[in-house]
Order: sequence, then structure tokens, then C-alpha cells
Amino acid sequence: MELIKKYPKLFQWLFLLIVFFALCFAIDVPETYKFIRGQAEFVKDPNQSSYIFLGKEVRYYAFDVFWRLPPLLGWLPIWINDSLFFLMNEWMPMEFWNEDTQEFKTRPLLLQISRNLTSFMTFLIELIREILLGGLETIVAFTSWDWIDKNPWAELPGLPWTIVAAGAAILSYKLSGKGLALFAGLTMIYISIFGQWKPSMQTLSFILVAAPLSFIFGLGLGIAAFKSKRVEKALYPILLVMQTMPQYAVLVPALVLFGVGDHAAVIITMVVAVPPMILLTILGLRAIPPEVIEAGRMSGCNNWQLMLKVLIPTARRDILIGVNQVIMVCFSMAVISAFIGAKGLGFNLLLALNQLNIGLALEAGLCISLIAILLDKMSLAWANKQTDYFGNLTFLQRNKNILFFASTVAIGIILAYVGTFLFKDTFNYLFEVPHNKGLSTADFWNKGVDWIFDTFFVYIKAFNTWLIQDVLQPMRALYLRMPAIATLVLVVGSGYLIGGVRSALVVCALTLFIALSPWWDRALVTAYMATFGVVISCIIGFTVGTLCFQNKHSTSFMLGVCDIFQTFPSFVYLIPVMMLFGITDTSVLIAVIVYATIPATRYTIEGLRSVPTGLHDAATMSGVNKFQRLTKIEFPLAFPHMMLGLNQTIVFALFMVIIGAFIGTEDLGQYILKALSDKNGAGIGLTLGICVAFIGLIFDNLIRTWVGQRKKHLGID
Amino acid sequence: MSEPIIKCESVYKIFGENAKKMLDDSNGNVDAKTFQENGCIVGVNNASFEVSKGEMLVVMGLSGSGKSTLLRCISRLTDATGGKIFIEGQDLLQLNNKELINLRRNKMGMVFQSFALLPHKTVVENIAFPLQIKGIKTEDSISKAMDMVKLVGLDGRENYFPRELSGGQQQRVGIARSLAVEPDIWFLDEPFSALDPLIRKEMQDEFLRLQEKLQKTIMFITHDFDEALKLADRIAIMKDGIIEQLDTPANIVLNPATEYVRKFTEEVPREKVLLIEDVMDTSTKDNLGDLKVLKDEIIENVAEKILTQEKSVTVVDSNNKVVGSINPTKIINTVFGGRKNNN
Repeated sequence: MELIKKYPKLFQWLFLLIVFFALCFAIDVPETYKFIRGQAEFVKDPNQSSYIFLGKEVRYYAFDVFWRLPPLLGWLPIWINDSLFFLMNEWMPMEFWNEDTQEFKTRPLLLQISRNLTSFMTFLIELIREILLGGLETIVAFTSWDWIDKNPWAELPGLPWTIVAAGAAILSYKLSGKGLALFAGLTMIYISIFGQWKPSMQTLSFILVAAPLSFIFGLGLGIAAFKSKRVEKALYPILLVMQTMPQYAVLVPALVLFGVGDHAAVIITMVVAVPPMILLTILGLRAIPPEVIEAGRMSGCNNWQLMLKVLIPTARRDILIGVNQVIMVCFSMAVISAFIGAKGLGFNLLLALNQLNIGLALEAGLCISLIAILLDKMSLAWANKQTDYFGNLTFLQRNKNILFFASTVAIGIILAYVGTFLFKDTFNYLFEVPHNKGLSTADFWNKGVDWIFDTFFVYIKAFNTWLIQDVLQPMRALYLRMPAIATLVLVVGSGYLIGGVRSALVVCALTLFIALSPWWDRALVTAYMATFGVVISCIIGFTVGTLCFQNKHSTSFMLGVCDIFQTFPSFVYLIPVMMLFGITDTSVLIAVIVYATIPATRYTIEGLRSVPTGLHDAATMSGVNKFQRLTKIEFPLAFPHMMLGLNQTIVFALFMVIIGAFIGTEDLGQYILKALSDKNGAGIGLTLGICVAFIGLIFDNLIRTWVGQRKKHLGID
Repeated sequence: MSEPIIKCESVYKIFGENAKKMLDDSNGNVDAKTFQENGCIVGVNNASFEVSKGEMLVVMGLSGSGKSTLLRCISRLTDATGGKIFIEGQDLLQLNNKELINLRRNKMGMVFQSFALLPHKTVVENIAFPLQIKGIKTEDSISKAMDMVKLVGLDGRENYFPRELSGGQQQRVGIARSLAVEPDIWFLDEPFSALDPLIRKEMQDEFLRLQEKLQKTIMFITHDFDEALKLADRIAIMKDGIIEQLDTPANIVLNPATEYVRKFTEEVPREKVLLIEDVMDTSTKDNLGDLKVLKDEIIENVAEKILTQEKSVTVVDSNNKVVGSINPTKIINTVFGGRKNNN
């Protein structure tokens, strides 16, 4: 009895676990139960039960309700689909003026909006793309095809790669200095020489549209939410779901609304990139000391000046993290949106992965990563730039960068012109190195992969078999063996023990949504893969983080490594693992582990670093040794922050598990991927996405509640 | 005396949802307790005073006394719940947004306790900020800001960022920024509270030097009674939103109006605060000794001389005209005696 009084929480948890296991053992697996492979739900089967709701028929295999709940939400995806279709094709028909045919035409409102948005985005992308690569579309947009036919000279010539490379270097130099200039120059030269110029510029033009638009929208909405409580309240739930929604899932509805192509990719990228920007903007603006705002007011700022000159620059740190996130998301989407027809490096990467041409995939992936790092650094340098008011500069000094650029343009054009004579019979390498005509290391990598495979095949295979047969399969079976009711009790019970009734209700609602959807089994598979990834990632991340923290240099080194790894688009992680493990669950899981270890490590280091130095000194004076200090002082205090890292780790792991569908998994992600090629996929894709988001949100809610209480308890903020 | 620069008439600031209504219902009888029971917090309670041109009014009070709130009402960073505030005869609460911005751009400067510098701007950019907001050309504003940098003695550090400066230096930037538009009215909200004692003293001296030169109309907020005594022309002592006493430093020390004020004055070394003029006897002008002292002297500086005399000492003004006398025993009484039953 006394023990119970002393550790009440512990016994409550024990009781919960006992109930959970009791339920697991009490409820038998129904004899008819089997994990449904493929899309069997769409197959008619006399064993299926069915019901009709809102005029939609939902078919499913019925089990004991304790074992699996019936898919009472099965109508939702169909309903979403029909609604979308109705909105797009029938809702609010209106008269619109058609420029081409010179007459009014009746069209549904949403379709018209979508078409206008589409043509606007297409124009922006084409404009940048044709400045870089040359083409007709931009001029056509201002005139007409007839006019072009009559004036064959009217074509944007595109810039020779030499000019773009020099321009990038000069801009980097102006923004930051020699180091970045060198990096920019080398990146561009690498891209060109290895024949990735065209796809790279296509990707770049996509990013140069998507990133600034996302930034502007995110900042604007963030400011609106900061100014008005009502806007914030309306935005918050959407932001939460979007934060944990896998990027794949948004693709499908976008396909329906905006069709296939770069413009749809830009819009989708904005949908994904804007939420973190909003959140970070709000966070930054909130953190501004009130006196700074008052100082701005007393300096006579009007509202605009206050916002632009005081608030935003003061919140710069968080807003910059937002920009960084936007760029990251944009690059990751640049690859993923190749699924809906975006051109560029992403498309090449997917193609190469599909053909298992690891070498080519590696080159494309490297290009994306390099451009990502370059843009990230440039945006950072731009925000940190300061003006010199006192230098007494001559005209030449002041405008040296512009003059220098002008001269490189001239030189570049001359070189390109000379090139036309030099390379009369082949391609003009001084203008543009065509795709696949540059150097390539693909063969080298492919041979390397082959060699590794030949040499270590036995070991890799043995490891692979062991992992799959002895670890993954049993684990998967265990997860699938959980009766729905037991899972529900466990999750809701945890919610109650951590955050009281409120938390219990929230997680109950989230879990029920998944349980009542037709994909509970798939969700369990997703959960099992994510769990495996998260556990290993956390072990690695916490260990590496703790070890690196022992030394100042290794700390900053590790944070730098995390920064760079975080800039890689998520798809890139699939390349090396496919190289080694081929198309297996092992590949996916290793990619998950690598990807999810980043936040685990980062948050461990940051958590340990956030322990106040005063406490270190106090501990040292109490005579603790290094190990005691770690276990008695640093871990307890850093733990809340590390738990936030766990939260991020879960989100990252879920994302990667879903992307892993590309390699071939049997979880929710696989269905999302399938929904992409399904005519009626929009509703399915969206619902699946929400399911994945909800898995993330269950943990998010539990962890955040716990961290909040713990921080209050420890008196840290 | 001409029109006061700042004039407050029964200013109230009450926080809470129904503040305005409750104030109207109370007929000017605001009781903090009843208001608190109804979910309102009284910040400033019936403040009336004037500040004339070139005068320095120091508002002294402990934290939560409403002194900063009062200042924010007068600078209209918050809107007063009731009462009237006049700045150079203009009704502050009636100004529209544009007029208010104009007033701030040309007439007001403010210094903050936490410096409130813009972290992304250098020293000179911070100082030039109010000028640039006004729409002055970059070159002109920077050169004007450079004058200010020199004024507060930060030459050579104009390209530093605030984070690279010490607290004292940061506050110099804050002071320079508030003076850049050459305002007539200068608000200082606990400007030296965040500084070390030694730096604080240095900054106070510097501040007095600047004021000597600039002769601004000043409202200075502090929680440090010694600072108030050192700087003020007049002191307003606040408690729970009410101005307990508003008077010259000498009168506050000699005649504290309430028990609360008296507690502050108890520990004050009077010989350092009071002038001969404050304690001299104006009725007796005959039968005096040879020693003459100026009426503006601080007692501490002349006490030793006076105490060597047996007779009363002649007090003269700057024109060497006899204005009164002072007896050595009076000095002894002032410095050592009669604190508990001063009134």
C-alpha cells in the first residue's frame, strides 16, 4: 500500500499495461481474419458486409467489434471525391470572358479560379525558366502564336551557363564573401559539366517561384494571426494537421484541382511550405519584447513602418528559420512533385531510381542537395547583410559588382558565340552542356554498387534476412495482433494519465478516426515501421548527441552536420540505402533511421546546451564527477527539450515511412502512392494523409502535454 | 509662468474588460479593492499635475505603483481610461492617429529600461531610426545621428551592434536615439535601473550634464529614491496608482506628506540633499557673525565651516544680498536630530 502511495503514477501505468495485455490475450484472432494485400476493398466478395450512407455503398470484411471496428468512416473518401468533383465541375456556374474566342463562356467558379491560378503560375515559372534556358512561351503570353510565327526572331535566347555560374558567384560574393562565392561557382560548374544543367535550371525556376511565394504567404498569414486572435484560432488546427501530414498525401487532391505539371507542383509546395512559415512567424513576433514595440511607436512609426522596420526585423531569427524550412520543403517537394509531372531534377531522380540506376540517381540527388545548400546559405547571408554608410566610395567601387557582372555577361555571350564555331558539329558546350552529354560518374557508382553487392552480398543478405525474419516480421505480427479495443484503451489511458480528461478525449477522437477508416491494418503497419525507426533513431541520436556534447568542437561540428543533412531533400536518402539493400523493408527502415536521427541528435545537443551554466558550476562545486553531472543534472533538466526532439523524430520517421512506399511497403503510404494513379484518388489520398497526420498528432499531443507539465514542474521555460 | 508643457487632469488608467463603465459609475471615487473584486486592476488613480518648460519631474514608486503606466498614458502608448492630458495645450486623447504620430515624430523622445534597441541595426542606424521614419534622407539622418553619437560619447563604436555593447553603452544609444529628433519632451522610463551602481552614477552625472545643455521638459521614472533626489526639480511619489506627494526634493525630505513617503525619507542623508536655503531662518537678519554662505550651497559642503562658528551665520544670495541666517545648532538638528517627529 505504501508503495502505491509513494509512486501513484507508476502503479497507474502498470494497471494500464495489465489491462492492455489482458485485452490482447482475451480477444482471439478471428479465424477469417487475414491481412488484406493489394486493393481488395475494391473487389466484390460474397464474404463482405456492406452498408449505405449518404448514398455511397461501403463494403468491408466484418469482424468482432473488439477485434477490428467496422469502417464507419468508409464513405468519407468517396464523399470527399464527389464533393471535389461537384465543386470543380458544377458549383456556381458563371459567365467568364474568354480572351481566345472573344466571347463569354459559362464555367464553374472554382474551375475558373483554378485555371486562372494555373496560368499565372505557369507564366511565372516559364518566365524564369526561359530567362535561364530560353524559349517562346513568355513572349507568346504577351502576344500570340500567330505573332511568333510572323516574327521568328522573337525568342528568349536563354543565358549561357557561364553567365549564370558567374552571376551566382558574384551575387554570393556580394551577399557573403569569398567562401560562398567559391561554393556557388563550383556548384554551378559541377552542374554544368555533369550535364545536369537543363533539369537543374528547371528545378531552380520552380523553386524560385515556389519559395518566395510560400515565404510571402506564410509571413502574411503569420502577421495576420499575430494581429488577430480570431485568425489564429481558425488557422491553428489546420497548421497542426499540415505539420504532420505527409507531403505525398497532398499531391492527390492537387491533381484534381490543378491538373498535372509544374504549376500544380508550385501550389502544392506552397500548401506544404506555408504552415511552418506561419508558425515560425507567429513565434518570432510573439517573442519581441514589448519595449521594442513601444520604442518603435515612440519613434513615430505608423503601422506599416512598425511592421516592416521594427517587428519583422526584430523577429528575424525565427523568420529566418522559417525561410530555411521553406527552402527545405521546396526542394523536397521538387522531387516528390515529379509524381504529378513537375520537370527537372526530381523527375530524373525518380526515373533513375525506378530503373535502379543508382549512379544517375546519385548525381541528380547531389545536384539537388548542392542547390538546396547554396540557396539556403544565400538567403541566410542576405538577411544578415548590412550596409556601410561611411565608406567614401567612388562610382567604380560602388558599382563594381554590377560592372563585373555586365562584363561577364559580355564575355559569356562572346564565348557562346565562339562556341558556335568551335563545336560546329556537336553541341555548343560553351552555351549549354546538354543532358547526358556531360561527364558522368554514373558508371563508376554503378560498378561500385555492383562490386559492393558482389563482395558483400552474403553478409548483406544475411543481415537483411535476419532483420526481416527475426525482428521485423515478428514485430509486425505483434502490432497486427493487437485488438482495436486494446489499442484504444492503451492510447486513451495514456492520454488520461498524462494530460487528464482533455488529453484523453483528444487522442481518443484521433485514434477513433483511424480505427473507423477502412485502413486500420495499414495504419498498424505504418505504426510498426515508424516505431522501429524511432526507437533506433532515438538510441543513436541520444547517444551521439550526448557524446558530442562532451566537447565544444564536436558539438558545433555535429550541429553543422545536422544542418547540412536537414537540407537534403527527403527522397535523396533513399538512394544510398537502395544501393545497399535493394528493394526491401530494410532499405526503407534504414532511410527512416538516418533521416529521423537528425532531429533526435539535434534536440539532444540543444537540450543539454540549454542547461544553465550556473547549475553546472553549482554541480561542480558539489563535487560531482562528469558522469554524475550528466545523470543527475543535465539529463533531468534537458529531458523536456529532448522529448520535443522525440516528437520531431516521430514526424520525420512517419514522413520517411510514407515516402518509403516508393520502394514498396505495405502501409498507408502505399495506398497514397496508388491513389495518385487512381481517377477517384483524391478523397482516398486526403483521408489517408489525415490518418498519418493523426498518428503523428496523437504522439504530438501526449508529448507536448507531458513536456509542458514537466517544464512547469522544473520551473524552466 | 507660461503654459505648462504637460498637464494632467484626473487621469485614470484601469485595466480590465469593463474598466470604462466601472470608472463612469464610480463618480471619481476609485477604490482599488472593489475594482479588483470585479476583475479590474487600477493602474493610475486620479493623477493630476503639471510639468512646465525645462522642468524635470521625477516619478518615484516601487514596482507595481503605476509609475510606468502613468508615463505610457502621457506618451499615449496606452490610452488613459479617464481624465484629460494636455501636451502644450493640445488635448492628447483627442488626437487622431496621424496627429499622434506627428507629435511623436517631432516633440517626444523616450528612453526605456531595457534599452529597446533594434537588434538588427548598428548603433548609428538605431540612432538614425526615428529620423528615417520621419522620411529624412539616409545621408542627412546618418550625419545627424553621428552628431548624437558624439554627444553621448560613443565615437568609434557607431558600427557596433547593440549586442556588442555593454549595458551602459546600450543605454547611451537609447538616449541618443530619443534625442535624435530634438524633442521638446523627454520621457525616461527607469533608464538606469538595469545598470551597475558605478555605471549608474556615471550615467546620472552625464544625464545632468546633458540636461544642463539641452533644457528639455522631462518626465523621469525611477524606483530609486536617491536617484530621484539627485536629479529632480520636483518628485512625484506614487503608491498603488495614487500620487502620494508631489513636491521639491527638499520639501519631501523635510515634510513627508504620508507615512509611506516618510519611510523613504528616513534613511536619506539630509546634508547631501538639502540646501542652506531650505533650512535657513529668514526672519533674523541681524546680529550675525562674519561668515557668509550662499543660499544655494548643499549643507554638507559648508557644514564644517558653519559648525566652527558660535554665532548664527549670514546667508546671502548670488548678488551678495543678505536673505537670512543659519544657526549652527540648526545644522546639527537637521543632520542628526528629530527624524521620527519631524512634523
